[in-house]
Amino acid sequence: MAVELLKGNEAIAEAAIRAGLEAYFGYPITPQTEILEHMARRMPDLGRAFIQAESEVASINMVYGAACTGARAMTSSSSPGISLMQEGFSYIACSEVPCVVVDVMRGGPGLGNIDPSQADYFQVTRSAGHGDFHAIVLAPASVQEAIDLMVEAFDLAEKYRTLVFVVADGLLGQMMEPAQLPPMKPVHKNRPDWALTGAVNREPNIITSLELNAPALEEVNLRLQAKLAEIRKHEQRWAELWTDDAKLVVVGYGMSGRIAQTAVKQARREGMKVGLLRPISLWPFPEKRLSTLADQVDAFLVIEMNAGQMVDDVRLSAGGQVPVSFYGRMGGVVPVPEEIYHEITTLYEKLTSGE
Amino acid sequence: MTAVEALVEEQIVYQRPESLLEVPTHYCPGCTHGIAHRIVAEVLDELGVRERTIGVSPVGCSVLAYKYFNMDGAEAAHGRAPAMATGIKRVMPDHVVFTYQGDGDLAAIGIGEIIHTATRGENITTIFINNAIYGMTGGQMAPTTLPGQRTTSSVTGRDVETTGFPIRMAEMLAGMTGSAYVVRRSLHNVKEINRAKQAVRVAFQAQLAGLGFSMVELLSSCPTNWGMSAPEAMKWIEDNMVPYYPLGDYKVADAVQPLLKRK
Ligand SMILES: Cc1ncc(C[n+]2csc(CCOP(=O)(O)OP(=O)(O)O)c2C)c(N)n1
Ligand code: SF4
Repeated sequence: MAVELLKGNEAIAEAAIRAGLEAYFGYPITPQTEILEHMARRMPDLGRAFIQAESEVASINMVYGAACTGARAMTSSSSPGISLMQEGFSYIACSEVPCVVVDVMRGGPGLGNIDPSQADYFQVTRSAGHGDFHAIVLAPASVQEAIDLMVEAFDLAEKYRTLVFVVADGLLGQMMEPAQLPPMKPVHKNRPDWALTGAVNREPNIITSLELNAPALEEVNLRLQAKLAEIRKHEQRWAELWTDDAKLVVVGYGMSGRIAQTAVKQARREGMKVGLLRPISLWPFPEKRLSTLADQVDAFLVIEMNAGQMVDDVRLSAGGQVPVSFYGRMGGVVPVPEEIYHEITTLYEKLTSGE
Repeated sequence: MTAVEALVEEQIVYQRPESLLEVPTHYCPGCTHGIAHRIVAEVLDELGVRERTIGVSPVGCSVLAYKYFNMDGAEAAHGRAPAMATGIKRVMPDHVVFTYQGDGDLAAIGIGEIIHTATRGENITTIFINNAIYGMTGGQMAPTTLPGQRTTSSVTGRDVETTGFPIRMAEMLAGMTGSAYVVRRSLHNVKEINRAKQAVRVAFQAQLAGLGFSMVELLSSCPTNWGMSAPEAMKWIEDNMVPYYPLGDYKVADAVQPLLKRK
């Protein structure tokens, strides 16, 4: 496959198609509408299902239905639309149906604006719907990584029979970068044994999130929690740079992680021992790596495009061993490397002033 | 004639359809949910499609319908069964897919999903149980509650000045171009039950022929929340519901016409 100049949203859509996506259901909302439009152009030609649904509520329930048959199904949306899907996420989580959801976040709360934001970190990692559950959340920082994680999202969804979010912000969705698409995979027609395929020579398969008996529902919850513990054990992902001798580690994910990298690089050029840790899985959060780093470094600086959400996870992982500072912009404002660099130098001076 | 020969000559005239499981249901005495289940099961047996049918249960008294039907099934969120059924049908076009929904499920919280499913001409079948009340939550006013009807949330009787008027879903969905077959029947006596079954058969046949959306609205009883005995409830359907919700065929697309004759 050749390297091409690709727009984030279109690359995400095409990667999903090549990963064997069988059904896409969605509703237009900026800044992710190109995903829906790309699906509208491509899916029917390939003989695969595409519907522009009447709402995000309908979209997620169509995804739920299609995925119940063992088909690879997904939707994509942005913050207000994701809020509307939350009931569906909860049903999907409880009934353990593999589904993939792309959330290209925008400025909020409310209708907010269409500019890049990470204000829905809590929503996807903590409160994707009612009840005790987590979804796997993957956060790419480049068009290439978005492509790779899109493909991986389907494998993880099926491996663990779980909901997987790929979260980006408007910046990644809209920008163009050289990247390489994966080869085309056909849709897999072999259905898992739990799927709704018609009860031929077997007992009926049922997909439900209802369990009226409290001890039995507790069993369901224990099973879900055991699965989540497995995911937490095996699926923590991150990228890091210059952490070996770092006194200060900057932590940022997605585009803010990438912008922070420029600032960290500048600080290194100036001789400061600063490193970067970029979580790729937001849930499970790379807590193991963070807590090891907490033994080594003098402080963490968290950069987000929100009022400070992931910073809670960094504090939990650091376990009170070192101070954790935060710098963020909100409402669709993207921080520039200079302001992050300023934060780094101020903090670094404080850390080293006693030496 | 030996005893064995006598046994062999016995003819079965009535038995549990294969499409229904041999389990007790949780429905109240006099509730027509059970009759509606049986009609659907008999039709699926007669059409020989049980093994390729997927049912979608609603939220409402029939939330456990998947435990009674002997076929693959899913349980949808409140009102979302048509969206879920759409997702299933689009990836399994050769399967028979149906939703089974109450009036709160279909005509209140899920009205958007059912309208768009009909207007897309989604090739699924909906069995719509109109009992003029929210059964499962204990008898609150439904969008289909009749003017003046007492419920736990319209204690002096439904006041149309403040709560609006009951929705006639069959008439509304018949207006969707994508609808192939939309009719209303009742379950209040044997004659009507037989007519209801014929309609359910046509609805599934329309789906098998790929003709588009089909729905059978069934006027049904909720003796528990109406505060009536079973016979009183049947009479109440006939005297009060049928006049407001006239029985009849509201949409029979040209392509469906031959199915009506072929009985
Ligand atoms: C989102 C949501 N809102 C409310 C409820 C509570 N609820 C359960 S059943 C029901 C009403 C069902 O009434 P209907 O559809 O008429 O079916 P019936 O019980 O009469 O057969 C409601 C409101 C729910 N489960 N989910
Ligand atoms: S509450 Fe009403 S609708 Fe529900 S099972 Fe009892 S009679 Fe039937």
